Amino acid sequence: MTLKKVKELLQAEVVCGESQLDEEVTFAGGSDLMSDVLAFGKPGILLLTGLTNRQSVRTAEIIEAKALVYVRGKKPDKEGIELAKKIGIPVLSTHYMMYTSCGFLFKNGLPGVSLLREKEDEK
Amino acid sequence: MKNKENVLSQHYEINGGDFSNAGNISTQIKETLKELGIRSSLIRRAAIAAYEAEMNVVMYAHQGQFQFSLTPSTIHFTVKDLGIGIEDIELAMQEGYSTATEELREMGFGAGMGLPNIKRNSDQFQISSTPGKGTFLDIFFYLNQREK
Repeated sequence: MTLKKVKELLQAEVVCGESQLDEEVTFAGGSDLMSDVLAFGKPGILLLTGLTNRQSVRTAEIIEAKALVYVRGKKPDKEGIELAKKIGIPVLSTHYMMYTSCGFLFKNGLPGVSLLREKEDEK
Repeated sequence: MKNKENVLSQHYEINGGDFSNAGNISTQIKETLKELGIRSSLIRRAAIAAYEAEMNVVMYAHQGQFQFSLTPSTIHFTVKDLGIGIEDIELAMQEGYSTATEELREMGFGAGMGLPNIKRNSDQFQISSTPGKGTFLDIFFYLNQREK
């Protein structure tokens, strides 16, 4: 799924990374707990979060997330946006809440990172 | 370069409570390892462990020192802090156990996953602590080992 499609499905605003919307994401995960993200995140993940501080962007950078979606109409703080621009990670903001946002993406074929893990474990 | 065996050695200072700079060390180390052509899965594990260790110092200690060294066979981090220390290490190593304040939790940390995450991502991990004084972490990654 392209980030453009994610933007459409979530009626999201692009906070930064407008030029990268043609990039594809193949799985997603959502959490407000950065330690959980560090534990379950995989490179290329589309990360949905409601946490808006700089650490949310930093965590995305560490796990090599493809893009960030802030739910409940939130946006990262100024420091966070600066960091996202610097590291080149696209940031979207949707007014939908976490559950609804994940539901829309899942329903439209974007699997969760946990499903990806289960598949790998089966191998 | 500190001695013959070390390819590289870096020392960093961490200030407790400095959330703005938290993560800088980890990303610097990550960049360095990338430039040296270390395989990406190992870099990621090392970066996650470094970041969790860095955050722990920022959250719980007054001050800390982060030593990163690279030899032909290992990535080695030592993290030493002056802080509250850990009363019960066994308990602190359990996933979900945390002494974090509400304020820290609101920042998205303090889920009780930090130390277990460091252990899970490293190849060798040792922790020692003196309550009221500080904590010492010794973390190794082996360059020539198959991925776990």
